[in-house]
Amino acid sequence: MPASTDTTKAKIAVKGRRGPPLAWVGWAFLILLAAVTLFYIGSKAWSNPILFLQNLLDGLKLGFVYALIALGYTMVYGIVKLINFAHGDVFMVGAFTSFYAVSRFGLHQWPLAVFPGMNPGLSIVIGSLTVVLLSMGVCVILAVTIERVAYKPLRDAPRIAALITAIGVSFFLEFFGALPFVFSGRFIPYKAPFPTTAWYIKDGIHPIVSGTASPDNTISFSNIFLIIAAASILVQILLQFIVKRTKIGVAMRAASYDKSTARLMGINVDQIISFTFAIGAAFAGLGGVLYAIAYSSIWTQLGILPGLKAFVAAVLGGIGSIPGAFVGALIMGQAESMTMSYISTPMRDAVAFTILIIVLLVKPTGLFGEPAQEKA
Amino acid sequence: MKRVLTISLVLVLAVVAAGAADLKVAILAPLSGAVPSFGLSTKEGALLAIDEWNAKGGVLGMKVVPIVEDSQCDAAAATNAANKVINQDGVKFIIGEVCSSASIPVSEIAGPAKVIEISPTSTNPNVTVDKNGKTKDFIFRACYIDPFQGGILAQFSATRLKAKKAFIMYDQGNDYTIGLATAFEAKFKAMGGTIVGKETYTKTDTDFSAILAKIKDAKPQVVLLPDYYNIVNLVTKQAKEKGITVPFVGGDGWDSSDLDLAASDGCFYTNHYSKDDPRPEVQNFLKAYASAYKDDSGKGKVPDALAVLAYDATNLLFASIKAAGKADTTAVKTSLEKISFNAVSGKITFDKLHNPVKALTILAIKGGKVNFDSVVQP
Repeated sequence: MPASTDTTKAKIAVKGRRGPPLAWVGWAFLILLAAVTLFYIGSKAWSNPILFLQNLLDGLKLGFVYALIALGYTMVYGIVKLINFAHGDVFMVGAFTSFYAVSRFGLHQWPLAVFPGMNPGLSIVIGSLTVVLLSMGVCVILAVTIERVAYKPLRDAPRIAALITAIGVSFFLEFFGALPFVFSGRFIPYKAPFPTTAWYIKDGIHPIVSGTASPDNTISFSNIFLIIAAASILVQILLQFIVKRTKIGVAMRAASYDKSTARLMGINVDQIISFTFAIGAAFAGLGGVLYAIAYSSIWTQLGILPGLKAFVAAVLGGIGSIPGAFVGALIMGQAESMTMSYISTPMRDAVAFTILIIVLLVKPTGLFGEPAQEKA
Repeated sequence: MKRVLTISLVLVLAVVAAGAADLKVAILAPLSGAVPSFGLSTKEGALLAIDEWNAKGGVLGMKVVPIVEDSQCDAAAATNAANKVINQDGVKFIIGEVCSSASIPVSEIAGPAKVIEISPTSTNPNVTVDKNGKTKDFIFRACYIDPFQGGILAQFSATRLKAKKAFIMYDQGNDYTIGLATAFEAKFKAMGGTIVGKETYTKTDTDFSAILAKIKDAKPQVVLLPDYYNIVNLVTKQAKEKGITVPFVGGDGWDSSDLDLAASDGCFYTNHYSKDDPRPEVQNFLKAYASAYKDDSGKGKVPDALAVLAYDATNLLFASIKAAGKADTTAVKTSLEKISFNAVSGKITFDKLHNPVKALTILAIKGGKVNFDSVVQP
């Protein structure tokens, strides 16, 4: 960079503002783009409000799943300043674990096998919860292993080394999984632990019977959408509770602020870091199972696109900020859904990554992020 | 490791070749990637044919040696595989690839090298015909082509399903789906129908809610979904969840044991053969395949169309080598052009564009089973 820009930056810094020169051009462009987009979507929504509401619901479905994954990205970045690119593949492993649990071992039916007189509905609920917990457990073990083996030795190395390692772990999980004796490279039709039912809204909520048509101009949703929404919101509340109200949450926040001082205060930082990875992975595993039930085809590269979009969501919300990741993910979900419907389906990935570029150019710290603080 | 094995294999083959001449045949199949079930079936069908000929003394007294390569239904991987088998292994006959988007680049390598390529299942017309409309000399296929398949789908939709309005959705990056969609649209419009919507997606898409919402809005009487079974599973399941009961129709890409029959209930697809066909060629092949290959539970496998076509392609090749009297590719090419062969998938003769003139089978999915619906002659 030429010296003149450095002095310009220094002048702006001296004036109390930090930011690149001509930042207002970026802001103007962004505001113009936002206005045009909102106007376009607004006019479409006005002409067909039912379709708009349906897109809103579909966007929420995607957004809540991305929120589960984005939490892991943002927490790990907050504490070790590492973008864990292997997180999307932990999501994939969660999906595969639940698939094998259901199809090979029939784990979702264990309550009926052990207590034959049990109410079948209750049995499915307990069985499905078991499958989900098992997937979450496997993902936790996987993530903690990855952290100990691949990231911990590089804690004092330049951050780019850990980043490249994360990418390497990601590729390893995908292509090792694609070997014939592991998951195989096929697109596997997923077998859900519980059946999906759908409803449509028109003068009240009615079920859609499989094989019959629902009336036109109605909004439809499925039980998996409700479960995804509930799980995501509950996870968010739980995480806020853990981070703000428990001792381990205080330790996490301390370690993310200043690791060496936290160590001096008696916090076992290694354990806290492993715990952070574990929580993030557990939620990614949960997201993986729910995503696989919603979009019932799994393959070893399943985690790439949702993982990347969740990463964009975390950046959009402010990487390091947990509520930011949630809001960012919901925005990403809506952006994808509206793009699919009002522009075209193949454009949705382009829009998702354009959002990333815009965020990094205009406000890299994201919506809720704080600018990096210099420590004295 | 793989390279060491390959080099030693080539050396061994060279040594053996010095003694008794072997007939090397390369099989390019997508054993990994988007459609591995296609690759496995292709490999099994081709290897079964090779085993049968070897058991009867080989082709013109030469033992057939198969060289199987994974071309992943992908242009780059298939190009690498073709270069390897032609340049490193010295192969003169290729059975492959399955996907049109991979077969076309392979044909551009094989043709100039005077290597005969018979694609068992690539249906895009550009596999055997170059950009100027001239037939590629050494390239053939064992299946019908997309204009025929797409046209029959349009005819079926208009006459059997009595559809006046159709919706088309296809993968914009796949030559196979683009070819079928174009052919369908042309024939459907020619028969007086209207296309009420045309939507594209990409091969890694999992969420089709936007397209399905458009389908619900447009109210067609048939939806063309000319893609592979993995996409079909996703679309039909999501369609059932949205309360869409319009029948989907598709092409031979639907044919797989991994197809979700519950979600695609009420749909139809065109295929190359039906196991309920009583012809002796079909029944004998079914028996041989079931005894050679067993599924996970130990029962004999039922071959899908890809296994049938790979078997037919390999038999076509060997029959024409035998008729030519020597394994010289120019002579074999002439022999192939004149052949009339009773294959499992029907009687095959070749037209001027090196495409077979043969019948097409339509299958219906009902009650969790795939049933024979009808046969359409060319």
